[in-house]
Amino acid sequence: MTESENRDYNEFIKGIWRDNPVFVQVLGMCPMLAVTNSAINAIAMGGATLFVLVGSSFLVAAFKKLIPKQVRISCFIIIIATFVTVADYTLLALVPGVHKELGAFIPLIVANCMILGRQEAFASKNTVRLSVMDALGMSTGFVIALFTLGAVREILGAGSLFGISLFGAAWEPWVIMILPPGGFLTLGLILLVFNWMTHRKQMFMEKVAEAQRSGS
Amino acid sequence: MTEVITTDRPEADQDPSPARLIVTLALAGLISGVAIVGIFEATFSTIAENKARELREAVFKVLPSVTQMQELAYLNDQLMPLPQGESAEKTIYAGYTEEAKFVGYAIPGEGPGFQDTIKLLYGYMPADRKVVGMEVLESRETPGLGDKIYKDAVFVGNFSDLPIDPVIEVVKKGRRDSDNQVDAITGATISSRAVVRIINETNEIWLDNLPAAGSEPEMPAKSDEVAHD
Repeated sequence: MTESENRDYNEFIKGIWRDNPVFVQVLGMCPMLAVTNSAINAIAMGGATLFVLVGSSFLVAAFKKLIPKQVRISCFIIIIATFVTVADYTLLALVPGVHKELGAFIPLIVANCMILGRQEAFASKNTVRLSVMDALGMSTGFVIALFTLGAVREILGAGSLFGISLFGAAWEPWVIMILPPGGFLTLGLILLVFNWMTHRKQMFMEKVAEAQRSGS
Repeated sequence: MTEVITTDRPEADQDPSPARLIVTLALAGLISGVAIVGIFEATFSTIAENKARELREAVFKVLPSVTQMQELAYLNDQLMPLPQGESAEKTIYAGYTEEAKFVGYAIPGEGPGFQDTIKLLYGYMPADRKVVGMEVLESRETPGLGDKIYKDAVFVGNFSDLPIDPVIEVVKKGRRDSDNQVDAITGATISSRAVVRIINETNEIWLDNLPAAGSEPEMPAKSDEVAHD
């Protein structure tokens, strides 16, 4: 792997795990909690966000030299809002059912702080190529997080996944899981597991370092 | 952080002129406007078709054995087919069989639900004075509870043969002792009541104004509205 490929890979992979926008940075919580009551909604919201983030990062990185820094936030928002409108109409035309479920949360992608955050923190300072890799990584991480939450909530709250019933008629759905409290509960538990794993890894690394010190 | 900051450009130190700022924002707005109008134009016909198809499917669902429909409205105090391209404030749909025989009306109604406005469509057969089907078109009722007004087959089934006289009533589940009563959904009483209230209120608006049985507007032989299921 050449150095630049390695760099691309790093920018991509950091969004999925180390700097995951949801589990680590805890950004974009509004769509995260609002539309993850089923796996298909989560995927649709994740896909729309991926499209908006990649498109915006590409444009912002390409035109960063032309945008004076005093009006950069306004320009970012105009770019993001345009992509969101495109996503909104496209979903309405192609999958009206999903669009109906997501409702007001598609226009609200404009206000997803993860997207503006990536423009300000990354795309406005890096090359087009790295910005697109970064956007792809971050939005893939976001899709994975949304899907995890959506799948857990749909399985527990409706007894199905992608609308396919899993447990048969005898299963009594745990309705609260698809209501807002279920979102907070599931997200909290996932964050707990994530932090616990990070902590364990840290402890392990410390132990290794200590063993190396005492060994030498 | 692995983010690399590009070297500062010399011109970045000087403040750009206000004119430059305005031009940048105006250009961004212009390009954005063109893009948005473009996507609106590109998707408009598909979106309109989707909506028309959804409505047509709903009409066929709430009226039995209906394969054709037309939109009706009061023009000059008379219920008549709405001419193509025109719109009216209040419209209903008439459903016909394959042989263009009148079956009943599909009446849209709306009113407040538990969370937001519920929009629904119900089939009404004037000959029997009965509601023969109900379909929720739009609602934001609580998932898992209120959304049973369209997901619970038993509740929806209440409306498949429901006399409307004197009015439709909601009763607790299992206490139904008359034909004009509807079993409420356990845990979603407000949503159940809302559906029935919408139908009763819409009935009040329409039923006295409908033409006498037998004199319903006829289905034109060749119409753009004709559709086969």
